[in-house]
Amino acid sequence: MGRKITIEPVTRVEGHGKVTIQLDDAGNVAQSRLHIVEFRGFERFVQGRPYWEAPVLVQRLCGICPVSHHLAAAKALDVIVGAGTGDGLTPVGEKMRRLMHYGQMFQSHALHFFHLASPDLLFGADGDPAIRNVIGVALEHKDLAVQGVMMRKFGQEIIRATAGKKIHGTGGIPGGINKNLSIAERDEFLKGADPLNIDKMIEWSQAAVDFFKGYHAQNKDYIDNFSVFPSSHLSLVRKDGAMDFYHGVIRCIDADGNKLLDDIDYQDYYKHIGEEVKSWSYMKFPYLRKLGMENGWYTVGPLARCNTADFIPTPLAQKEFEIFKAYTNGKPNHMSMHMHWARLIELLHSAEVIKDLLNDPDLQKDNLVVKGTKQKEGVGLLEAPRGTLFHHYRINDNDQIEMANLIVSTTNNNEPMNRGVNFVAKDIFTGKKEITEGMMNRVEMVIRAYDPCLSCATHALGQMPMELTLVDSNGEIIDQMRK
Amino acid sequence: MSDIKFTIDGKECTAKSGQTIVEAAKANGIYIPVLCHFDGLKPAGTCRICTVKTGGRFMAGCTTPVAEGMRIDNMTPEIEDMRKQIIEMLFVEGNHMCPVCEKSGNCELQALAYRYKMMVPRFPFLWPKREVVANAPKLYLDKNRCVQCLRCVREIITTDGKNVFAVKERGGKTTINMDEKLAAGLSDDMAMRAMDICPVGCIIRKEVGYKVPIGQRKFDSKPIGSEIEGR
Repeated sequence: MGRKITIEPVTRVEGHGKVTIQLDDAGNVAQSRLHIVEFRGFERFVQGRPYWEAPVLVQRLCGICPVSHHLAAAKALDVIVGAGTGDGLTPVGEKMRRLMHYGQMFQSHALHFFHLASPDLLFGADGDPAIRNVIGVALEHKDLAVQGVMMRKFGQEIIRATAGKKIHGTGGIPGGINKNLSIAERDEFLKGADPLNIDKMIEWSQAAVDFFKGYHAQNKDYIDNFSVFPSSHLSLVRKDGAMDFYHGVIRCIDADGNKLLDDIDYQDYYKHIGEEVKSWSYMKFPYLRKLGMENGWYTVGPLARCNTADFIPTPLAQKEFEIFKAYTNGKPNHMSMHMHWARLIELLHSAEVIKDLLNDPDLQKDNLVVKGTKQKEGVGLLEAPRGTLFHHYRINDNDQIEMANLIVSTTNNNEPMNRGVNFVAKDIFTGKKEITEGMMNRVEMVIRAYDPCLSCATHALGQMPMELTLVDSNGEIIDQMRK
Repeated sequence: MSDIKFTIDGKECTAKSGQTIVEAAKANGIYIPVLCHFDGLKPAGTCRICTVKTGGRFMAGCTTPVAEGMRIDNMTPEIEDMRKQIIEMLFVEGNHMCPVCEKSGNCELQALAYRYKMMVPRFPFLWPKREVVANAPKLYLDKNRCVQCLRCVREIITTDGKNVFAVKERGGKTTINMDEKLAAGLSDDMAMRAMDICPVGCIIRKEVGYKVPIGQRKFDSKPIGSEIEGR
């Protein structure tokens, strides 16, 4: 008799979703799906609002990386106020935004690795769920837990200094920024009491990368073979191919590393990327138009960025990047658990960029805003912690938004996450009669590797429950487990 | 004019003849909250947030002249709770989305809500459907946030004496309306004045939103009323 397994809630991810796995009579996985089950509708209710409200309004999609939405919207509105397509701001305008954004990348990556992902590595996929969580990390690996908390705090303080608040600030305004960085604020980060200074953050970031590499060396089989499947990868890269989280051109490579898109101005994103709607999820499925809905899916995020970028423009991260690339002989890396590795290299890169920016005297300048000839439409892209984020707005003659389209990082990863779930499901559920907690956790782990933000992705709200349901091939529920 | 002697919450005060209770209290370093009142404008007495008790009766402090020997109750629990109720009613009666409103930090209604520690209104939200008027070139009128204080009606007048803002309908249907042609002719300074005099985020000067960073806004570091109480 066939069975259907439902995992709800999916835990230690941002947002709310569930997984269903359909097993046939022989116990083989017939179908698996990651369902995103809540809906908010930001694209609709932003209509009619004045355009300058968008960076502050739309960032309320999320409390984890609202800076991404804040700045992607601000970049789109830069175009609308005639300040250029993302790189036309004054040096202080662009660099303050960069500082805000890299501060956010730093805190978000630290949060994910230390709070959400590390329990699986420290206690194992089959570890006792009672301790396989951030509290368990705090009790048994106090140094790591403290580092996680303090690194997140440092990143959040960078955001506060640039955006006005740690969460949902107002720093980015159309055409620039509303404040510069005072010498006193700068020195807090450069010379702050241990450990809250940038040198310690770089040291701890390097240690986090080393921790992962050490773990990898001990657990190669698990890290290298858990959910490996070929995928295209998409991200922004700087014009010269460098990794850049704030601005660049669209590049997409196929599973072998061939460039499917390169040097694409993101104002034209819609010519290259479409979105498909499916009845069983509130999350849309983006795809490359040239490959169509079936084959045009792609992965975004840390792994994609490390696959698409030619180099990282800071020395310590570049050194780690070279080791990372050498591991796959320069070919695209498709190992899901290597997303953690890539994320930690980005953590280190973010810390290095923050230090460079803090030492840049442009941050104390006063020419904060640029404006030119107003346009009716603008697109803003950046690399959010979870991947490429698209904001697109059109306004009417009265300065009201009449159209908004958001393709959120996790939305881009919809198909890869579904494939990852399918890969793991086939690997661990096939022919098994009994569901164990560890089996369910492995399904969650592949989702967790993407650090998905399901709230953002559906533009939805809620907790992130996971439920496993077994149904037979007639759709009758046989068994159900909830977490 | 001779000095008038009176008390507020037992404190002996003096005032000039003709001063209202709100003006006299301010001159004596005592804060009585106001929302519709604005220094220099003829009092309207529309919001009642300045309600005080004297001679056993509740009076609007902004419209009632102070009189010799008056014993005024201002900060009693009864009056303070009435004021808090008024603030709560204003919140539920409109659509006030402080988290995204560009007047946040400069909004007197929000500042009063903080002063009175309003957490959740005791009244149900009405979620009225309100109009947004966006076709004037300099001003944006978001009626979701209007508290009908009439400050704009009293203050924003064209150089040839015409009102740019006016009241339409009565009672619960009352709305403030903007003459878009007259609004289009306002100078930049007068358009900015319209935004500044609005105690909430109803009248917005276009394209200036969020330019003042968090931390430097009017009420970020100085709670409403502290400018009077701290003197």
